[in-house]
Amino acid sequence: MTQLTSCLLLSALLFAIGLAGALMRRNAILVLIGIELMLNSANLNFIAFWRYGPHPEALTGMIFVIFSIGVAAAEAAVGLALIISLYRHIRTTDIEEVNSMRG
Amino acid sequence: MLFTTFAIVTVAGAVAAMSFRHLVHSVLSLIVAFAGLAAIYLLLGAQFVGLAQVLIYIGAVAILVVFAILLTRNTREIQRSIAVSSWRQSVAVVFAVFGVLAWAIYGSGAISHVMRPQPEVAIQQIGDALILRFALPLEIIGLLLTVALIGAVTIAMQEKKEKR
Repeated sequence: MTQLTSCLLLSALLFAIGLAGALMRRNAILVLIGIELMLNSANLNFIAFWRYGPHPEALTGMIFVIFSIGVAAAEAAVGLALIISLYRHIRTTDIEEVNSMRG
Repeated sequence: MLFTTFAIVTVAGAVAAMSFRHLVHSVLSLIVAFAGLAAIYLLLGAQFVGLAQVLIYIGAVAILVVFAILLTRNTREIQRSIAVSSWRQSVAVVFAVFGVLAWAIYGSGAISHVMRPQPEVAIQQIGDALILRFALPLEIIGLLLTVALIGAVTIAMQEKKEKR
């Protein structure tokens, strides 16, 4: 098993764990954490392909990861603001109790 | 060998983050997972990305999540199950996704078996690339972060005007 394959497998495993958290957990904050883990696994894929790809001096994979981290930070800020706003309206972060459109 | 250690630490942190009942414990294990990923980036020769991972994910995102947890604390959910009621279907979906990904990775002919030397990247090269080749995306990401900052403050702001 090459190093690239093990990187990709680790990334797939992290993605599956993040997906499990996003789909299964009841708390909205944990759903957001699961999405963050999935974004991180994508970043690991970019870095692995940059490291073992044919043209590492072009830096494309690395630059993409830097931008992806920036977008993930923006996503986390807006997502947590939405959760705080939701909590202020209905006093819970349980996604199974959030089932009305009027709030 | 080092890679295996860090991979185990990362996966264990991620699993613990997704399975702890108390949210603060989850965030602490999430920090372990992020630190393991940063170590893997350093192993792969991406020093700048590894340090950015430490600064942004451990320093900013994890602290932001802790603040959100402390602001939305409620006592009702202690007795309830931590998983949603449709968790069986979710488990099936997760295993299907991981199976397809692993099958694709093992079956792919595109993965070359040539060993390549560790690429040497100076921070100066990254700076040059960001300013010259990727100047427009850099501006756009700055705009996106500004908009996200203003939007987050607007969404989370107290709405007191309606009550007066």
